[in-house]
Amino acid sequence: MTMKQAFRKTLALGALALAVSASPLLAQESVATLRSGTPLAENASPPPIAPVKNTDLRQVRNYPEQPPLIPHKIDGYQIDLNANQCLTCHSRTAVEISQAPMVSITHFMSRDNQFLASVTPRRYFCNQCHVPQGVTKDLVENGFVDIDQVLEYVSGQEGN
Amino acid sequence: MFGFLRRTWGVIKRPSVHYSLGALTMGGFLMGIVFWGGFNTALEVTNTEAFCTSCHEMSDNVFEELKPTIHYSNRSGVRATCPDCHVPHEWTNKIARKIQASKEVWGKLFGTINTREKFLEHRLRLAQNEWSRLEANDSLECRNCHSSESMDITRQSPRASEAHERFLFTGEKTCINCHKGIAHELPNLGEAALINGH
Repeated sequence: MTMKQAFRKTLALGALALAVSASPLLAQESVATLRSGTPLAENASPPPIAPVKNTDLRQVRNYPEQPPLIPHKIDGYQIDLNANQCLTCHSRTAVEISQAPMVSITHFMSRDNQFLASVTPRRYFCNQCHVPQGVTKDLVENGFVDIDQVLEYVSGQEGN
Repeated sequence: MFGFLRRTWGVIKRPSVHYSLGALTMGGFLMGIVFWGGFNTALEVTNTEAFCTSCHEMSDNVFEELKPTIHYSNRSGVRATCPDCHVPHEWTNKIARKIQASKEVWGKLFGTINTREKFLEHRLRLAQNEWSRLEANDSLECRNCHSSESMDITRQSPRASEAHERFLFTGEKTCINCHKGIAHELPNLGEAALINGH
């Protein structure tokens, strides 16, 4: 090993050591997390549980494919192998009595596009997609605009 | 056998030789207090949650399921205990239910539901027993606390007030028809059965 080679190696190792020691600091400054500076070994006191909108009024979908929000409380609803309490009102046979919207027919479709007699197992767990809306502030700033606003913007640009 | 009965009847019929009428009536009166008091105390003791959950069949299955529900933990801290819902409060019906419960003692002795698996196997039947009991008495145990007279439906969510107006106040349905599985988990009964109320 020549003198020059040894010097290079030392330099490289030094740079690596610096990068490794500095990286947690860098990460802490640049990455926004929901922990907001709480040390890893500690638990922050959690925010209070937000109340849920219980208006029974259907809410707008931000995009057509959005699973509709649940406009009521679902505390303690049982959805398991034995029973699905959502379906006590939203199943095909229940809506006459409950006057609730029926589960969409797309939810009866197996993954081979075959319609089954009732909700398919892959759509059985309602709250994998459908959730109530909490009355709470956004966790992060959100600049989402829906397609109508985008089209309006585009046509505005074209008009100019 | 017949002779034994005749001799017993003779003893009962013959006037007392050694004891005064006062001692006999007072003795009878005191023993009456002791037996009746004891009976009522036993009745009260067997009508507590501590008694119900002293068996693992109850404390490991149904009592555990009750704990996260609103009938055990809620904002105001008022809660229902086992007998509030499962034993009639009025005396005659309470005694009738207690006599029925001797079947449950039999079940305990012979371990009908002494494992989780056995319990799950029987739970549909057990749940249906309670549902049909509450259907038959117009959900009396619910109404001991939730009276429809005191129910202010303007304080309820729109769907709740609408449903109560349509079904509860008209008497078309009773509490348990819609409110199944609110204090314990539902057994597997299929979608249709749940809606039709069976």
